[in-house]
Amino acid sequence: MSLLSVRDLTVKFAMRDETVTALNGISFDLAKGERLGIVGESGAGKSITGFALMNLISRPGFVDRGEILFHDEDVVKMSDARLRELRGDKMAMIFQDPMVTLNPVLTIGQQMLETLMAHRKLSREEARQIAIVKLREVYIPSPEERLNQYPHELSGGMRQRIIIAIALLLDPELIIADEPTTALDVTIQADIMELLLELCQSNKVGLILITHDLGVVSQMTERTLVMYAGRIIEAGRTREIINDPQHPYTQGLINALPQQTLPGQKLRQIPGNMPSLTNIPPGCPFNPRCEYATDLCRTTLPEIIQYGEVRVACHEVERLHAEGARQEQDA
Amino acid sequence: MFAYLVKRVFQAIAVMFVISLIAFAIQGNLGDPLRELVGQSVSEEVRQQLRDDLGLNDSFITQYLRFAGNALQGDLGTSYFFKEPALDVIMKKLPATLELVLGATVIIIGLSIPLGVYTAIKPDAIVSRIIMGISIVGISIPVFLTAILMIFVFSVEYGWFPSFGRGDVVHVWGYWETNFATADGWMHIILPSIALASIMLPLFVRLIRAEMMEVLQSEYVKYAVAKGIKPWRIYFVHALKNTLLPVITVGGVQIGTMVAYTILTETVFQWPGMGFMFLEAVNRVDTPLIVAYLIVVGFIFVVTNTIVDLIYGLVNPTVNLARMGA
Ligand SMILES: Nc1ncnc2c1ncn2[C@@H]1O[C@H](COP(=O)(O)OP(=O)(O)O)[C@@H](O)[C@H]1O
Ligand code: SF4
Ligand SMILES: [Mg+2]
Repeated sequence: MSLLSVRDLTVKFAMRDETVTALNGISFDLAKGERLGIVGESGAGKSITGFALMNLISRPGFVDRGEILFHDEDVVKMSDARLRELRGDKMAMIFQDPMVTLNPVLTIGQQMLETLMAHRKLSREEARQIAIVKLREVYIPSPEERLNQYPHELSGGMRQRIIIAIALLLDPELIIADEPTTALDVTIQADIMELLLELCQSNKVGLILITHDLGVVSQMTERTLVMYAGRIIEAGRTREIINDPQHPYTQGLINALPQQTLPGQKLRQIPGNMPSLTNIPPGCPFNPRCEYATDLCRTTLPEIIQYGEVRVACHEVERLHAEGARQEQDA
Repeated sequence: MFAYLVKRVFQAIAVMFVISLIAFAIQGNLGDPLRELVGQSVSEEVRQQLRDDLGLNDSFITQYLRFAGNALQGDLGTSYFFKEPALDVIMKKLPATLELVLGATVIIIGLSIPLGVYTAIKPDAIVSRIIMGISIVGISIPVFLTAILMIFVFSVEYGWFPSFGRGDVVHVWGYWETNFATADGWMHIILPSIALASIMLPLFVRLIRAEMMEVLQSEYVKYAVAKGIKPWRIYFVHALKNTLLPVITVGGVQIGTMVAYTILTETVFQWPGMGFMFLEAVNRVDTPLIVAYLIVVGFIFVVTNTIVDLIYGLVNPTVNLARMGA
């Protein structure tokens, strides 16, 4: 049975002149303890997806249709009180930028203890002990002292470790991490990812990892969703998607990885940019940037279909696959 | 902390220096002191002699240094009208004004925080729209009009409150007599305090609302929601403190400014404070008293700002007072 089951999730933003669709018919499942990556360029709708899972879309955004079943209970239809019970307890979130996530005027201790005490009947001292244990788990030195410190006294990496500790405070079943290392110094990004992976594995916590980096996804996750302009365009087991991408966009992302580039060779970026929500082209949203685009692509939206081991939304998937196979034979 | 304090005190001294220069310049340009001292009939030679004796022919710098030296010893000249040291005249009037400012400050703090927070949390509620509407009207009505309207409605029509003076005051210490010791004193201070508060209150409601709305959009508030924290705790623990920090700095300046606004309020309510006194001094061209008033008000302004800055440093954990002094 799956922990999380998302069906036809559609999120819109009511802008002044028009209503734009930021997420369009997203569907996926997550098993207990499973780790799922969501990738795509900036503006694809990854963060919106993450926030929607916790029903954290705020005005002018709204969930237009679809359901998000967490233990068979629809997050979209939950009461505010029920949502408060769930958030921070069974479902925790790690935000992108640790420099602005913690409240600057509250101590680390206050921000950890309030979370524990919002969900469990604990004395301050009991809560303090749990906080110290969790800080140790994320390798924070002298945790007792940290509790009395304010966020600005700590480095970015230290703060993100603390935010991971806060996510783990109540032993959640699912952690949603939205680009948890993008705002950090490059030298510590790998450490933080490794820590997150280690803790998710040892605590059997499900993880939804949002990132624009397919390399990170391949190290961290078992399954992957590739998003483009508010839709899932390819989904499946991470190994499959990395080794044998079907969608031209996924292929482009993989070709752009530094590992795929020989020393001295220029990075092979996908030409052009992701369209803005007000300006999504008709047909396949990727068609202006796609080298395989046909007339059909420019008029008709490709449905997402099961193709082999993966789900993919591309009219030309069979032709591309045949060509890819022929090229491999020739080589 | 100590270094920061020293630095702030030096800044305050610099501001006082500028204020004293302005006051001194006003003194030199407002009327002829000889006219106040001697009549029309005195001959030009005697006048010159007097000018020399009074030091009016000395260089600007010598005159200023003498003025500043005297001021530092608490000598701000003698009021022409009261024939008393100007500082003494002001000190007798100061408590009435400070109590009025205190009354207005309490009203402003007591109302602006709940109203500002409410209108920020519920921007679309009808009550919020009414509050915001009134605040716009409130900003644009001049104080003396508010004061006169209040007197007309609450004193003349309904007779709920007295319309002028301080009523029964009780002597506390030195020149300090207080309104807050008798029911009559309380009744007298209510209308003037509201009138004085009426200028700043709408500004503060709008300021707090704007700050609070911005804070509610912040990542840390969104994060608190994502942790399952209850709304009241998010509003009053997470958001309010961050909202009030910038408001405190503005507040310090405004309390100083309010002392100046007391001129209008005191005049309408014939409140025997130093604002009322100042207007009379201007009418009588009582130059030493005018100059002394400017210096005292400037001093109050500088002191409140310094104290507010220190409080800001103490309540804001991201301000390290020790480091700021370095
Ligand atoms: N508050 C908002 N109002 C209007 N549009 C928004 C808002 N937040 C996000 N969007 C739009 O939704 C799209 C997806 O955003 P997001 O999920 O943040 O992308 P990303 O994949 O980079 O995380 C973007 O095109 C963005 O312009
Ligand atoms: S549907 Fe057409 S345009 Fe879109 S990715 Fe496939 S080939 Fe390219
Ligand atoms: Mg994002």
